[in-house]
This record gives sequence, C-alpha cells and structure tokens, in this order.
Amino acid sequence: MLWELLYRLLGRNSSNPRIDAKERLRLVLVHDRASISPYLMNRLKEELIQAISKYMVIDEDGMEVCLDQDDQEVALIASIPIKMIKRDYMDNIHIRESS
Amino acid sequence: MGETIVVTSGKGGVGKTTTTANLGTALAFAGYKVVMIDTDIGLRNLDVVLGLENRIVYDIVDVTHGNCRLKQALIKDKRFSSLFLLPAAQTKDKTAISPLEMEDLCDDLKEDYDYILIDCPAGIERGFHNAIAGADKAIVVTTPEVSAVRDADRIIGLLESADLRDPKLIINRIRPRMVKDGNMMDIEDIVDILAVELIGVVPEDEKIIISTSKGEPAVMDAVSKAGEAYRRIAQRIRGEEVPLMNLEVSNPIMETLRRLIGMR
Repeated sequence: MLWELLYRLLGRNSSNPRIDAKERLRLVLVHDRASISPYLMNRLKEELIQAISKYMVIDEDGMEVCLDQDDQEVALIASIPIKMIKRDYMDNIHIRESS
Repeated sequence: MGETIVVTSGKGGVGKTTTTANLGTALAFAGYKVVMIDTDIGLRNLDVVLGLENRIVYDIVDVTHGNCRLKQALIKDKRFSSLFLLPAAQTKDKTAISPLEMEDLCDDLKEDYDYILIDCPAGIERGFHNAIAGADKAIVVTTPEVSAVRDADRIIGLLESADLRDPKLIINRIRPRMVKDGNMMDIEDIVDILAVELIGVVPEDEKIIISTSKGEPAVMDAVSKAGEAYRRIAQRIRGEEVPLMNLEVSNPIMETLRRLIGMR
C-alpha cells in the first residue's frame, strides 16, 4: 500500500514498458511460430502416436492434435481415443520394480 | 578462399546497409580484401552510404547478363584500395537476377577476396532469396523494438530452413538510458527470445547520421561510439574475442556524490 502510494506520488506507472514489450513479443512469437508449418504438426502427431503406443492402443484415425490460441496463450490440445491399455506393459513394470 | 556473409533483417530501416558499409570498411582497414554486394535492386543505397554514387558505371545486373566483366563493375573505395563495391541496378527489379546467378557470382568473388559482404533488401521475397543464395554465413540485424525483433525471428527461421544455421545477431540502435529506465527491451531480453548468438551491440549514435550525410562510414571516426561497436564486430568476424562495449549509463548526481566522498 505504502509503496503503491509512493509510486503514484512519484508519478510512476505500475506498468513497465520494457516488460510489456518483452511479454507482447513473446506472445506474438508463439503465434507466429505456431502458424508456420503443418509439416511440423504432422511430425509431432506421429511422434506422439509412437510414444503413446508403448503404453496403450489408440485409435489413430480418431486422433486430433491442434493448437488452440486466444489472446493470452497458445495451448496444444490433443484428443486421443484409447482402444485398449496394454496389460503386458503394466506387468513389465511390476516385474522390473520387484526385481 | 574467401567467406560470404549476408547481412539481413526482415524489417526495413534497422541498419542493414549501414552495418554492411561499416563492417566492410573495418575489415578492409584491417588489411583484408573485401567486396560488398548491394542486392537491393531497384532501391540501391549502399553506394550512397559509402560516398561512391558518382563512380557507378556498371552494376550487378550488367555482370549477370554479360554486359561487362565482373572486374569492370567493381568500384574501388575512395579510402581503401582493398575495398570494393558491386552496386545494385537501379532501374530493374529483383527478378533481374536469380539465386543461381548469385551463387555463381559469390563463388567467383571468393577466389580473389577474403570477405564478401552481401547487403540484403528488406522483406522475405525474391530479393531475400537472391541475397542468401551464395552466403556461407548470416548476420541478422535488429533494433530493440517488438516489430523488428519479431521480423528477425521470422528471418532466422527462414535462414535455418535454407540451411544457413547459427546466424549471428547484431542489436542496433540501443539506447542505454532508456533501457536503464525500463522503457525499452535490453540486450538480454532479445537474446533470450531469439536464442541466437550475439555478435555485437551498436548504440544509437548521431554520428551515424553525420557519416551518412558525408558518405563516410562511422568506423573511420575514432570518437564515434557506433563506429567503435562496428570495429569490435569486425574483430569478432575475424575470430578474435573482444568484450561487448560498456554501454552502462552513470547517474551524474550519484557520480558527483561518489567523487565527493572519495569513492573513486
């Protein structure tokens, strides 16, 4: 409170242009870089399938991966229907842990 | 065998031509054989910054079209006999030369010169692709503004997809006082975001305007801060390790106080 009052008395704005600039730039670049290549999205999708397939059987055709953007952030949204979870993988973990 | 370095930025007006002129002059001053190529066909300016505008007879398009030999089109600098300019054509457009022709041209020049500096036009179209075609290395120039850094990021992506990896960054026209007051981005903010290696920082300097008015690169001015910054960048291009310029601003009141109480 006291600091806020002092700042206001000294005529300083709580916003810092340097930090504003960096934050705006960071956001604009997330958007710029994200919109560059569908090729990259495809590769990401393929690698996701590879990684997940070690643990479970997934429906590759029903899988959706996309970037969701709003003013504040960009998120990677993935919807991956699971057909079956692999029992043998679970077993392998148990064996490794108990040995 | 020489080395070809393209000076690029994406955004216009951040200092590509000034950078090319100063680095070329500094390298020639250090004794190297240097050619600067202006690839901004239709909007040439490197000749003016170097004060060589009255000496142009042939240009880059004349060379690639076979109207003259390469040696005939090279203009010798007023100050250094090992510094040359290959000017852009002013009455043609960017399609007057092709990336393949640029590659051949750079290969020819590399046989006789130590450094070939290519001044790239603004933008990411044909002119950019021409300029980077024959390059071994790239220097990206930016200023500490959101718009310029954003375009630099795009250019770095395009350079990397053209296999010009690890471009070096120059941050131009930094104003230490405004950085200190928190009114503009600092060097570390920009390097942090672009994640490329910094090869130099050039402070805002009115001497640059004077040098452009006269057609004499600022590296020749012993007291110009920007000139000093460019001399250091030229040293780094040659592989020397030199510290970044000290751009810290001192508070005059605090300085006086410190001096009064004998702290320095």
